[in-house]
Amino acid sequence: MPKVKELYVNGKTVPVEVDGERSLLSVLRDDLDLTGAKYGCGEGQCGACTVLLDGNPVRSCRTTAGEVGKRKITTIESLEKDVQLHPLQEAFLKMDAMQCGYCTSGMIMSGYALLLKSRDPSEAEIIRSMSGNICRCGVYQRIMAAIKDGARALQNK
Amino acid sequence: MNSYHTQVLEPEVDGLDPVAPARLEVTRRDFFKTLGGGVMVLFLVPAALAQEGGVRGRGGRGGGGAAPAEISVWIHIGEDGTVTVFTGKTEVGQNIRTSLTQAVAEELRAPISSIKMVMADTDLVPYDMGTFGSQTTPLMASQLHRVAAAARGVLLDMAAEYFKVDKASLTIADGKIFQTNANRNQAVSFGQLTKGRKFTKTVDNSTPVTPASEWKIAGTSVPKVDGREFVTGRHKYSSDMKLPGMLFGKVLRGPAWRTRMLSADTKTAEAMEGVKVVRDGSFIGVVAPDSLQAEYAVNAITAQWSDPPADQPTHRTIFEYLRNNVTAGGGRGGVGGRGGRGAPPAPAAAGQETPAAEGAAADHTLKQTYTVAYIAHTPLEPRAALADWKEDKLTVWTGTQRPFGVRTELAQALGIPEASIRVIVPDTGSGYGGKHTGEAAVEAARLSRGAGKPVKLVWTREEEFTWAFFRPAAVIDVASGVRNDGTITSWEFYNYNSGSPGINSPYRVPNPVAVSRSTATPLAQTSYRCLAATGNNFAREVHMDELARLLKMDPLEFRLKNLGDSPTDNCLRAVLEAAAKAFGWGTVKASGGRGFGIACGTEKSGFLATCAEVLADTASGTVKVVRAVTAFDCGAVVNPNHLKNQIEGAMVMGLGGALFEEIEFEKAMITNPHLADYRVPRFADIPKIEIVLLDHKDLPSAGAGESPIIGIAPAVGNAIFDATGIRLRSMPMIPDGLKG
Repeated sequence: MPKVKELYVNGKTVPVEVDGERSLLSVLRDDLDLTGAKYGCGEGQCGACTVLLDGNPVRSCRTTAGEVGKRKITTIESLEKDVQLHPLQEAFLKMDAMQCGYCTSGMIMSGYALLLKSRDPSEAEIIRSMSGNICRCGVYQRIMAAIKDGARALQNK
Repeated sequence: MNSYHTQVLEPEVDGLDPVAPARLEVTRRDFFKTLGGGVMVLFLVPAALAQEGGVRGRGGRGGGGAAPAEISVWIHIGEDGTVTVFTGKTEVGQNIRTSLTQAVAEELRAPISSIKMVMADTDLVPYDMGTFGSQTTPLMASQLHRVAAAARGVLLDMAAEYFKVDKASLTIADGKIFQTNANRNQAVSFGQLTKGRKFTKTVDNSTPVTPASEWKIAGTSVPKVDGREFVTGRHKYSSDMKLPGMLFGKVLRGPAWRTRMLSADTKTAEAMEGVKVVRDGSFIGVVAPDSLQAEYAVNAITAQWSDPPADQPTHRTIFEYLRNNVTAGGGRGGVGGRGGRGAPPAPAAAGQETPAAEGAAADHTLKQTYTVAYIAHTPLEPRAALADWKEDKLTVWTGTQRPFGVRTELAQALGIPEASIRVIVPDTGSGYGGKHTGEAAVEAARLSRGAGKPVKLVWTREEEFTWAFFRPAAVIDVASGVRNDGTITSWEFYNYNSGSPGINSPYRVPNPVAVSRSTATPLAQTSYRCLAATGNNFAREVHMDELARLLKMDPLEFRLKNLGDSPTDNCLRAVLEAAAKAFGWGTVKASGGRGFGIACGTEKSGFLATCAEVLADTASGTVKVVRAVTAFDCGAVVNPNHLKNQIEGAMVMGLGGALFEEIEFEKAMITNPHLADYRVPRFADIPKIEIVLLDHKDLPSAGAGESPIIGIAPAVGNAIFDATGIRLRSMPMIPDGLKG
């Protein structure tokens, strides 16, 4: 597998020098110090590693660095702008939508991707979009509330 | 701060505290050197009590001097007024970083933001046995209240001296002390008072604290103190840690448990670019510049292994195995037992209603067997460690609930003194009772020693499912007698393997029998949120439902009838009534696949009742838990919002074990070690959850992160029966859907 020389991450072209077989998750975390995305299962089942590729949520543990190409990668680290949290991040705080927090980055990125497409998602839509994300602490009800609250905040912006 | 050898703690010249010198495991001089001057208040647990209190007693060491004592926590108010708390407790998602901060803020009358928590760093904090058993709130928080209350007293004394007034004329608020009278209106900050001082005070359980009825910060819904770190992805878990020159590790595992390595060929792996193979006795691991290369390298090792032991049960035969392999507690009156009369009963014949022979006045007797499968904690952050081996010091960052226990494990495994090991536990991606040990820490340390570089090791999900520990499986036999008026006349309860928590029935029955029997076990089992209490409460509360149905009594009424009138009976009655009221119990009858169930229990000084509503479809085999209400009483509530969060979370976690979580195994190997095959609750599984808190300000705060898990499984099981007439007595109840 040829080496990957650059990735487009959070609005910038970033030079890298990595084996294209490596997971995008590993490259983001280990080479670029973007540790917000987490390893949870390595099988695309838990969603803790969720990042966006051209606005679509993907499991970065099951995406190789080589297959990303020129697509734009968005990670949790880019959501806060000038010390201003994204409304969805604010909503997670407001709803106390976390316990250990290990799933939180992935939850927010999946929710963020949903809100890019749907400004006013129904409960069924939220459940469908979030079904690939696991919270072992069981904070689902609060995450639902946070996504609804984040959606409302975005509508009012 | 290099070591904690016992030293005599002498009162400083500056000290106002008349407490006699005590042998304490701290080098206070180093402490002040590191942190600067200020005020330090330490909580002392008498060594005799330390064992019970979750703090290790060391009275025997050194001898002489004052009464032996152990420090369990301390706070330091620096010369800049910064308040720092040093505790060995670990944050694994139960939000104790916040609740313990509240305890200190409350007593010091200081803002939450002015308090810093240093947790679970063995070089910085006093010894702590570990974070388990829901002891942080009843013990650590109560000690912190006392430490901070004493610190407030010290600061007020200093302020009285500063203003040259009587202490009674001072007020303390918002991190300042005010002196107000007709002529003056002045404030002094904590830092102004502590500047240039080196003052130490020790306190114990006799130190008075603010009563819960007067709390202003404790008892309120303070948000997670470092919540912003999590929503931005900035918080660094063990698995996020990085050091210069760090390599990635991977460990060679056998094909099944209890197999031994016979030989291994590591040549191919050794030849791979950037790879080093580390052998240490029977341990073989690799390090590489990235995790994929480490994976390739470990896969390139060929090894021969001994066969796993024969006659291992599978998840299908486990219950028979447990019943046939009792190792202790064989007779009545064993562990947790109250009887001591003769031989154990024969296994219950399922569903058999036997004549009323034993229960003298019983109109009906019932014997049933309930089972609980092995389940996995499945913390979302798998075991992980970063180890940095240096000649004179090993530092390990790892997610564990027992940092000092892991330090001991490291010392034993690596043959080095504990004093040269530092274990740091960053706030961890959950544990649920499953992260008591230091497997990843020891492996990473071996790799780092072998490689001469810092090494990070993160277990894969498959490793976590296979080589970690499980909540023990159980067989539970219950035999009971009841009269037609709903009075329980006899009660016998036998647990095989999972243990005694929750084994005693809260219902009033003369001479109840409760026996816990140890058995041989095929899997590595360990603690789990509430451990056996979940299964024992499931068995009891489903059995109660069966008795109520037998008598054609309302299950709520049947429970209430069999409670007594002691304070604890009244607590249980209160949560039952509160849950029933919020749920609307009895207002709608089961119909169209819709059913309702109720269950209650008491655990770790908490009382709870859970009601559940299900929609069950026997044709498709689907069960949807639509709604669940839990009423909970854990004494004085410390943080209502976080408490509700814990209760909701415990109910969701409990739902997994109730409905579908089950570790499958065969030939000494886990056969479903993936999240694709081991089903945990997801968004679509979640009922609408409502929590009712009974804030009991006159009672001490009990730990509450565990106990709310026990009500959901029996409540849901009883609701499924209400909806369908199908009685489910095995957890998980519907791993393959509902079968008519």
